[in-house]
Amino acid sequence: METLIFYIFSAILIASALAVITVRNPVHAVLFLVLTFFTCAAIWLMMEAEFLAITLVLVYVGAVMVLFLFVVMMLDINISVLREGFVKNAYVGIPVALIVVFELVAVVGSDRFGLDQVPAPLAHAADYSNTKELGRVLYTEYVYAFELAAVVLVVAIIAAIALTMRRRPDSKYQDPSAQVRVRRNDRLRIVKMAAEKKNKASE
Amino acid sequence: MAIVNFEMPNFLPALPEMFVLGMACFILILDLFIKQQDRVITYLLSIATLVGAAFLTISLSDGERHLTFSGSFVSDPMGDVLKLFIYLVTAVVFLYSRDYLKKRDLFKGEYFVLGLFGVLGMMVMVSAHSMLTLYMGLELLSLSLYALVAFQRDSLKATEAAMKYFILGAIASGMLLYGMSMLYGASGSLNIAEIGAYAALNTDNTVLMFGLVFVIVGLGFKLGAVPFHMWVPDVYQGAPSSVTLYIATAPKIAAFAMVMRLLVEGVGDLHNEWQSLLVVLAVLSIAIGNVVAIAQTNIKRMLAYSAISHVGFILIGLLAGTDNGYSSAMFYVVVYSLMSMGGFGMIILLSRSGFEADKLDDFKGLNERSPWMAAMMMILMFSMAGVPPTVGFYAKLSVLQAAVDVEMVWLAVYAVVFSVIGAFYYLRIIRLMYFDKPMDTNKIEAGIDMRIALSVNSLGMLVLGLFPAALMQWCIAVI
Repeated sequence: METLIFYIFSAILIASALAVITVRNPVHAVLFLVLTFFTCAAIWLMMEAEFLAITLVLVYVGAVMVLFLFVVMMLDINISVLREGFVKNAYVGIPVALIVVFELVAVVGSDRFGLDQVPAPLAHAADYSNTKELGRVLYTEYVYAFELAAVVLVVAIIAAIALTMRRRPDSKYQDPSAQVRVRRNDRLRIVKMAAEKKNKASE
Repeated sequence: MAIVNFEMPNFLPALPEMFVLGMACFILILDLFIKQQDRVITYLLSIATLVGAAFLTISLSDGERHLTFSGSFVSDPMGDVLKLFIYLVTAVVFLYSRDYLKKRDLFKGEYFVLGLFGVLGMMVMVSAHSMLTLYMGLELLSLSLYALVAFQRDSLKATEAAMKYFILGAIASGMLLYGMSMLYGASGSLNIAEIGAYAALNTDNTVLMFGLVFVIVGLGFKLGAVPFHMWVPDVYQGAPSSVTLYIATAPKIAAFAMVMRLLVEGVGDLHNEWQSLLVVLAVLSIAIGNVVAIAQTNIKRMLAYSAISHVGFILIGLLAGTDNGYSSAMFYVVVYSLMSMGGFGMIILLSRSGFEADKLDDFKGLNERSPWMAAMMMILMFSMAGVPPTVGFYAKLSVLQAAVDVEMVWLAVYAVVFSVIGAFYYLRIIRLMYFDKPMDTNKIEAGIDMRIALSVNSLGMLVLGLFPAALMQWCIAVI
């Protein structure tokens, strides 16, 4: 039964992953990617990695992919340009890809990575909590790597801000404090002028 | 519960890392409150951070090997020496870049903060004792470097270079991670010592071998060895010269440490397998690096190809697989980073605002403009070519000796033949400097601090070449 479910999810996973790179409409591609993540989460659930499965759905599907969808919708991608040369390159690309797949299967196929070589780990008891176990090692055994991950994120923020935030001289923005501080004399100039004589020509 | 068994890790060995991280964050925030004309404070603080880290590293170094953070962090004499050179090189890089950045309106706090985070990444790589830590350090370094390459936002070339670097770097990281996952799958551990213990017992494990191949591909990318070198010339050329200077020097030391930790400490017992892979990389790197460099008219590109060929030499030292080989590779990598620091420093010296001295023609007649600087450049070029009595000669000699010791005479002969071919393009620069008329007669603008540092840098190559024993002894002692 479990094997059957696994194969069903795997089939959906592979099919939707293929669809991501083959469908014409980029929005559809993003939606297929969402499906890929969902099925992937399901497979992780079967591996008793409940916390990671839920995080995948919450973070990737819930946040990252929604953002991604926005970006795709806002960009005006000309898909036909991207597809140019696909057929031309396919003559070389597909055989190369097939050879790579063949080689990978030959090396890490089931005769080397099969169940008789690497036995499946025993299922945990019903009261086993994946989340608890993760929490137990994250701040103890892996605290160094965990803190480093935080530093990597800090660097990402610094890089993003340093590369995108700039004051362009031609962009107009408000300076509220300058607006408040303004005096009448800054804006208004009262000019004394001699009275003009009535123009006789216009009469 | 297992929680009871958890022991508080010893934080002391990681004190330099923590210091650099703390200072980088402090400088980041302080920089917000500094006016542009006082920006030099950021620069001085960054240098002070590196000096402080050097003091901490020296005072904590007791010649022992300490493992902490559940075996994911190691502090040993080799790591300490490599870290000291990383601080030194980065500090000089900051010094060389100061004027260059000011003239290009790039003198910003982020430059130094990203540089310091890059140093932190390198330190983590040097002290990594688990594949996870190694990878985190690598990503920390790479991310800082990608951002630094793109730092000159209005330059199309720099943006293109950053894009190429980012994409190829991501592919390389993917390869490395895939290989690491295979090593993990085979050995069941991320810890480098445990992988080593497993590899010692299972030298014919196919999965381990499969992972090893991918790891070497990833390392080849990061080192810039042929056939994974495509990014090197484009990134070196496109990045602002001060960033090229940074990329070309300190990260090479960190990459060397990464190879030592993964291949030698990790799967050292599979030496027979990875030796043949490294031979291929070394043979191709030396040939392609030296031959293609001849055709370059841009000196940054030329030095990039020269970097590729130097990586070939470093690989020869590593693939020998003896302690002698490792220490001569370490000697080579340290010397190379000092040499290329001088070489790229020269480009910065000759650049002015709005003008990059990155063509070979810009070096024409340098002797007439500044005989002293021309002499300094000559020493650097001789050193890169491996002409005695400069240190470049000694570095090449010790690496080749290590290859001969393991009966790879053909490889040594091959390397010598190609370094003779390579000498052509180094000597061409000397010819341009001394025998051609200058095309550019403007005065050299660089400040006195840069001139002194660059002169010390170049003369150091000569002094180290005359007295290489001290550095060599150091490298032998810590391996």
